[in-house]
Amino acid sequence: MVTVQQVVFALFALMTVGGAVGVVAARKLFHAALWMILSFFGVAGLYILLEAPFFAALQLFIYIGGVAVLIVMAIMVTRGIMGPKEPVFTYAVGAAGTAFAFLVMLALFIVNVPAWMGSAPTGEVAPDGMRQLGRALVMPSAFLLPFEVASVLLLAVLVGALFIAREKE
Amino acid sequence: MVPLSWYLLLSALLFAVGLYAVMARRNLIGMLMGLELMLNAINLTLIAFWRYLHPYNLGFQALVIFVLVVAASEAAVGLALILAVFRLRETEHVDELNLLRW
Amino acid sequence: MTLDSMAWLILVPPVLSFWLIVLFFNRWKRLSHGIAIGAAFLSFLLAQGIVVAGLRMGGERLGEEPIHSLLPWLPTGTTVLSLGVWIDPLTVALLFFVSITVLAIFVYSVGYMHGDPKYSRFFAFISLFAFGMFGLVVADDLLMLFIFWEIMGLCSYLLIGFWYHKPSAYRAAVKAFLTTRIGDVFMLLGIAYLYSQTGTLSYDVLFRDHAVLHQLATTPSVIGGLSVAALAGLLLFAGTVGKSAQFPLHVWLPDAMEGPTPVSAMIHAATMVSAGVYLVIRAFPLLSVGLESAVGTPPMLAMGLIGAFTAFFAATIAVAQNDIKRVLAYSTISQLGYMIAALGVGAYVAAAFHLVAHAFFKALLFLGSGSVIVGMHHHQDMMEMGGLRKKMPITFWTFVAGGFALSGFPIITAGFWSKDEILAQAFHAAQSGSWLGWYVYLLLALGALLTAFYTMRQISLTFLGEPRSEHAEHAHETPWTMTVPLIVLAFFALTFGFVGVPEDFPLLGKLFGGNFFHHFVGATLMEEEAPLPLNWVPLTISIVFALGGLFLGWWIYGRKPLKAGERDPLERALGKLHTVLKNKYYVDEFYNWAFIQPTIRLGAWVYKWIDRGVIDGILHTAAAAAMASGRLFGWVDRVVINGGVDSAARGIGRMGDEGRRGLQTGLVQDYIFILAVFVILFVLVYFVRGAGL
Repeated sequence: MVTVQQVVFALFALMTVGGAVGVVAARKLFHAALWMILSFFGVAGLYILLEAPFFAALQLFIYIGGVAVLIVMAIMVTRGIMGPKEPVFTYAVGAAGTAFAFLVMLALFIVNVPAWMGSAPTGEVAPDGMRQLGRALVMPSAFLLPFEVASVLLLAVLVGALFIAREKE
Repeated sequence: MVPLSWYLLLSALLFAVGLYAVMARRNLIGMLMGLELMLNAINLTLIAFWRYLHPYNLGFQALVIFVLVVAASEAAVGLALILAVFRLRETEHVDELNLLRW
Repeated sequence: MTLDSMAWLILVPPVLSFWLIVLFFNRWKRLSHGIAIGAAFLSFLLAQGIVVAGLRMGGERLGEEPIHSLLPWLPTGTTVLSLGVWIDPLTVALLFFVSITVLAIFVYSVGYMHGDPKYSRFFAFISLFAFGMFGLVVADDLLMLFIFWEIMGLCSYLLIGFWYHKPSAYRAAVKAFLTTRIGDVFMLLGIAYLYSQTGTLSYDVLFRDHAVLHQLATTPSVIGGLSVAALAGLLLFAGTVGKSAQFPLHVWLPDAMEGPTPVSAMIHAATMVSAGVYLVIRAFPLLSVGLESAVGTPPMLAMGLIGAFTAFFAATIAVAQNDIKRVLAYSTISQLGYMIAALGVGAYVAAAFHLVAHAFFKALLFLGSGSVIVGMHHHQDMMEMGGLRKKMPITFWTFVAGGFALSGFPIITAGFWSKDEILAQAFHAAQSGSWLGWYVYLLLALGALLTAFYTMRQISLTFLGEPRSEHAEHAHETPWTMTVPLIVLAFFALTFGFVGVPEDFPLLGKLFGGNFFHHFVGATLMEEEAPLPLNWVPLTISIVFALGGLFLGWWIYGRKPLKAGERDPLERALGKLHTVLKNKYYVDEFYNWAFIQPTIRLGAWVYKWIDRGVIDGILHTAAAAAMASGRLFGWVDRVVINGGVDSAARGIGRMGDEGRRGLQTGLVQDYIFILAVFVILFVLVYFVRGAGL
């Protein structure tokens, strides 16, 4: 008997994979970017399904609102919306073969682990998970250091990206 | 209920597609998009594991955050680089960007 | 300062003088002769100091306990060869006359060598020679003696050939060296033999230790019939035959007159040839051990035979020589024969006595002849001389003193006492039944007659009568540096004899304290020989022969002195015999035919066949082989090795080119592709190995 969850899952899964396929299949680069956004939405939905609403929100903000927008803007800057068409793919066969092999490898790996074949999630999510996560990020005994490092990284990226892409006078 | 393996297989598929995009696309920005897909697949895997196997372990979540941060940064920097290269070489075409060729 | 350190010190000034002149002062003539004479004087003082101390100690004590000092020198396995000094009465006697004659000759050389371009070099060499002689005299074992023996051999070579531009000079030098070398080889064999038999070469053991001597005398040697002592003694004597120019190795000494006259005086009269006699005197205990018959041991027999023969033989030759120095040369050979013959009949002290006396008057005669030569502007033929008595009085009188001493003029000359001693001993031996004694006595007595004769001949031809040539006309006396040494030596030639007056000689015996020399030097031996009682027979014969010879010489040459261009009367008198004598019995010619020419031919043959044929052949073959292998290696190098390396390099390049190059596409995607492939492979491997998660 197919449950609601499974259906919802299938829906979002389709959105994700479909978007991904669209990224690789689209002729025009701009279309590929749009397909990528669709895929991101699908992932966000899956996050909600996985009882991680925070991360769904993060996905929306950062990936879609940030990365995707950035990519679109980059596309526009470099070639215009409908730039000249060029051959899109290269080494298609080899790449497909490799990717497929990779997939097969992972699939084989996955199905061979009994623990992952189980149906139900174990345990319950803590209700105040958010707060705990928040606290963890600023506790020295927890993830303070990675947190600070990440901050530095972002700073570096900020400065670096500005520098790399500056107008040369 | 949805078995964990479904999520895992899904993310594997997503990853494979992203890999294909990286390898097959001739456009630099296209490659970057594939890269983002792969990173998404990784995050999906992590969240799935967290929810199904270790719901109380905050480490997974922290890791996901950081992966996210890094992915975003990398996208930003990468695009900046692409812009710089484009200005210099007037092309995004990967085939022509082969200065490191022997 | 102790006696032995004085003895060591004697050696230092001469060798120092040699090195200083050679290294630094060659350019400065005055400084060079100053250093040399200073050195000779220092050594003289030291030597005389030892003499005085030795005399004070007395012969008995010095003979019992000689001064002996050792310096370890050369470790050889279990033993250590040492250098050492040894002072006993014999050493004292030697030091006495060597230091005086050396000093006199050094001073004399200043005058004689004046103006010579290689003046300093001369003084350097005679300094080295003095070092050699002093070293030999104070040596304490046969090895050290041999070393200094050879040093003197070297110096005689250097000095005979001093004027090396003259072919006759350098040939004479080589002849001297080679001839004495023959003797030296046998001597070295003797030394080695002794060492192998006893393990030592020290005088202390070899010549004073009764047990050792007895053992050596009774052990048979490798040559049948001879004991070790006899064989070794004969071998050592062979060295003396060479060095002291006895027949048959006498041929070098006359030719050695090519050297400057001081050299002749020093080396061939006073010192070096005396070294040969010194050796046999020193080794007398060894040579005389095992005295069986009245005749004597084999070495003594050899010495008697050869010595006496040489004495007579050389005297006959001297009679027919015209060069003033040649006469003296043969005279020296003859007198050395006397000393050796003396030992042959066991007259130890007499031999030593004559050695010292002879040194004085022979050196005097040589230096006198040198004075004559200089006065004659370096002309040496007596036939051109004459009348020099008036022109060079000092030289004349001192020469007469020396000549009379040589002839054995009674009483007032040293030669009389010393020569008579020998003759008396020989006579005594003859009386005791030794045929060797008769042999020695007759030859020596006749030799004495001839000696007196040729000496007077020499004096007459040189000094008496009228000048027979331009040079004689313009001759003049030589400077004080040359005449003073003559006077000094003349003094000793006349007075030295008195230390050896036999005790029972009427009047004089008591006056001069009873044959001091005999007791002093005789104490060197372990068993002192008793001095002979005075025997009027040989004494009278000696006096008769001496005076008779002198008279005869005067009669023929002095009474009616020869005029210029006149031939020697002796030539007519002796006829063919005279020619033979003048040509020295053709000994040199014989040697040339028998030994030298065959050696030269052998050398040429060896050169042609072995040197050029075999050795060069080997060399050429080796060279060709080396060349061929060189070429081969070159080819290998070029073709094989270079080719290999080149093709390897190309191969690697190709490996890089094909396929691998394609790897470096510069396209990131390709790299990712490869990355992905490898990841898959690794995971597969991981799976296949069945590793757990």
